[in-house]
Amino acid sequence: MTAIVKDREFAHADHSDAGKTPLGFWIYLMSDCVLFASIFAGFVVLRDNLNGGPAGRELFDLSFVAVETALLLVSSLTYGMAMIAANAGNLRTVFVWLALTFLCGFGFVSMEVHEFSKLIAEGAGPDRSGFLSAFFTLVGTHGLHVTSGLVWMGVMFVQLALRSLTAVNRTRLLLLSLFWHFLDIVWIGVFSIVYLMGAA
Amino acid sequence: MTKPVDKHEFEDGHAFEDAGAGHATVKSYLVGFVLSVILTGVPFWLVMTHAAPAGILIPAIIAVGVVQIGVHLKCFLHMDRSASQQWNNAAFVFAAIIVGILIVGSLWIMYHLNMNMMPGMMPVE
Repeated sequence: MTAIVKDREFAHADHSDAGKTPLGFWIYLMSDCVLFASIFAGFVVLRDNLNGGPAGRELFDLSFVAVETALLLVSSLTYGMAMIAANAGNLRTVFVWLALTFLCGFGFVSMEVHEFSKLIAEGAGPDRSGFLSAFFTLVGTHGLHVTSGLVWMGVMFVQLALRSLTAVNRTRLLLLSLFWHFLDIVWIGVFSIVYLMGAA
Repeated sequence: MTKPVDKHEFEDGHAFEDAGAGHATVKSYLVGFVLSVILTGVPFWLVMTHAAPAGILIPAIIAVGVVQIGVHLKCFLHMDRSASQQWNNAAFVFAAIIVGILIVGSLWIMYHLNMNMMPGMMPVE
């Protein structure tokens, strides 16, 4: 029994090894950057391969995309406020800001699912043309990342509720914040290159 | 573990921040948010109102997007030149080089491929 407790303490100490955990996660994010860069490059190469199908300017509703963008941007701000509250040790406030962040993220993913199903219903699914395959791959990969961020946030709620703002939970909050802000940065590329340039 | 945070853990927490996201202040998030709203609003406005000629629209979208990415890195991810960040920055520079080679290289190769392989079949603009 003592051995187990000791093991746990050891694991705990290992986890809170200041500095290394965020750096490791940062390196993962940079590799994710390379993944997105490949998909972006593929999209730009394929964007004119319409195969007689619809082009971006006929499909995209920019005011819809502006609302999606606003939701992600607001969620970055609310997550920042959650980090400030965590640094101040105020668990209740962390929950409020995290919940707002979750709602914005959930709204974003719901809007994207709506957009995708509308496009597929119109016959502009990923099988229509090279452009649409690249579009669904790029926007869908970002959407899946946001969805996994939401799942992570759900787990974070449970961890915070069970253990409060321990050192390990603070690190987790920090890593999720890096992930969340990173996804907002990828979205800048998506709305600029896919939607704005597609409609310009 | 379930009790309120003790002093020691607090200090630990701050050590993490220096490693990953130091200098997080309400002000930095608000400044980042306001700048981002402007930098997002401008290109959307340009495209939606057709306020700019097509020739400068694309470069303008790219330029504003790059500036906004910089704002996010600085204000939301809190990247800076401090010693505690040097490995993060090294990884970032490496990733930026790979991303640059990947995107510029792909476009360069594919553009020339289109030119050489499909005479008279250039993509319709």
